[in-house]
Amino acid sequence: MLLSIFIDVVKVIVVFAGFMIMIAYTTWFERRMVAFIQSRLGPNRVGPAGLLQPIADAFKLLFKEPFLPEKSNKVLFSLAPMIAFIPPILAVAVVPIGDTITIAGRKVELLISDLNIGILYVFALGSIGVYGLVLAGWSSNSKYSLLGGLRSSAQMISYEIGLGLSVVGLLMIAQTFSIAEIVRQQSGSVLNWYFFKQPVAFFLFFICAMAESNRLPFDLPEAESELVAGYHTEYPGMRFALFFLGEYAHMITVSMVTASLFFGGWSGPFLPPIVWFLIKVVAFLFIYVWVRGTLPRFRYDQLMRFGWLVIFPLTLVNILVTGLVMVL
Amino acid sequence: MSMLIFYILAIVAVVSALMVVTLRNVFHSALFLVLTLFSVAGIYVLLEAEFLAAVQVLIYVGAITILMIFAIMLTYQITSKSIRQVNEQVIPAVIIVLVFFVLSLVTLIKTSWPVSNKSLPGNNTFEIGRQLLSTYVIPFEVVSIVLLIALIGAIIISRQDGPSRPGQEDR
Repeated sequence: MLLSIFIDVVKVIVVFAGFMIMIAYTTWFERRMVAFIQSRLGPNRVGPAGLLQPIADAFKLLFKEPFLPEKSNKVLFSLAPMIAFIPPILAVAVVPIGDTITIAGRKVELLISDLNIGILYVFALGSIGVYGLVLAGWSSNSKYSLLGGLRSSAQMISYEIGLGLSVVGLLMIAQTFSIAEIVRQQSGSVLNWYFFKQPVAFFLFFICAMAESNRLPFDLPEAESELVAGYHTEYPGMRFALFFLGEYAHMITVSMVTASLFFGGWSGPFLPPIVWFLIKVVAFLFIYVWVRGTLPRFRYDQLMRFGWLVIFPLTLVNILVTGLVMVL
Repeated sequence: MSMLIFYILAIVAVVSALMVVTLRNVFHSALFLVLTLFSVAGIYVLLEAEFLAAVQVLIYVGAITILMIFAIMLTYQITSKSIRQVNEQVIPAVIIVLVFFVLSLVTLIKTSWPVSNKSLPGNNTFEIGRQLLSTYVIPFEVVSIVLLIALIGAIIISRQDGPSRPGQEDR
């Protein structure tokens, strides 16, 4: 009993610490990569290749004055960054980073909790994350923030439907919600990857997930060229950083879930499972950065039209075709 | 332990539900509604109905309440107004609610609630799906049709242009 609690605590600490480090270094990774795409160098002064830049940034932001705008709603204004930051971190709990291993005669699963509603849990947390943006937009009492908050709520609702429906086909084949089980079904051979069985679902899922995490080309809620900084216009210092890091946390979570659902998660030959898992996650993070560095932003009406008239029907067609193939 | 958690969740749910109907700022009411729905999801988890809990959060917290908040934010300066939560029919309302309360209390006490000895199915999500598409397929489909009708109704009401509405040409 005590030992299993101890193992759980260790797992939580390791995953949490690893995730935090990943968030910090994703900011560095993105700035360097976007710089290379744009023929610049990016941050390379603090530490070797700029590797200490995230730590320097964190210190800079921590020492800024955490003021509250005078006409804002103080409670909600403070609460919003936390709501934006926490859900994507919680979602990692159901993503397996390796197969079950045996330590001193005990079977230890390399994930924090194998919920049998796994993927639904991730979606539910994603839908809570919207509140961070909406509350920030409303409580700031500023027109740019409010517009950002409005846009985010509309965008999230539209793309959440696509996100949920895009994996239904996969769930029909897998017959389970548990991400650990889905990964296990894909181990063995590359051809077992659900990407090959559900390619359309993968693209729809990844596009919707990108929209959910407010990344370019879907970063309408912050759209710096029209809304100053959107929902976090009024936020200073570490509170702003929480939104910023929340976005990165969301990216990492999405990359982990995508790798697990469609690309076999930790499974792979020769290398240890955790290495395969990280390789796949970093590959998706790179795609995120690559898309950001190369694509222009959608216009707002295009965004909504794309969500409802392209993504939504395609997900339904995907479900229909999957069903047909399974029955025939 | 689980009893303690239940009471905490129940108190949060009831208190925030009261806030929803008494606060004068419509935005705050919507946020307390989120808290209520969230506590109910917690109670579902306590009852080992994880699927219901996840769907509760996904649909009610993530979609329906967000839609309400969206509508509130779109409405010009509605959040700076202090709304009235009662009107002149408060006395009849109280009487009816009291009658209903007594009625449900009596029912609650008098009914002998059946307790099943069967253990929970290991994967109750699977079981819910199976039941919905076999035993309860007709209610399930009827509900879908009701939702579809509501959807079409909403589209017809919100539709302003197009040749199908003859009264609109002179705009």
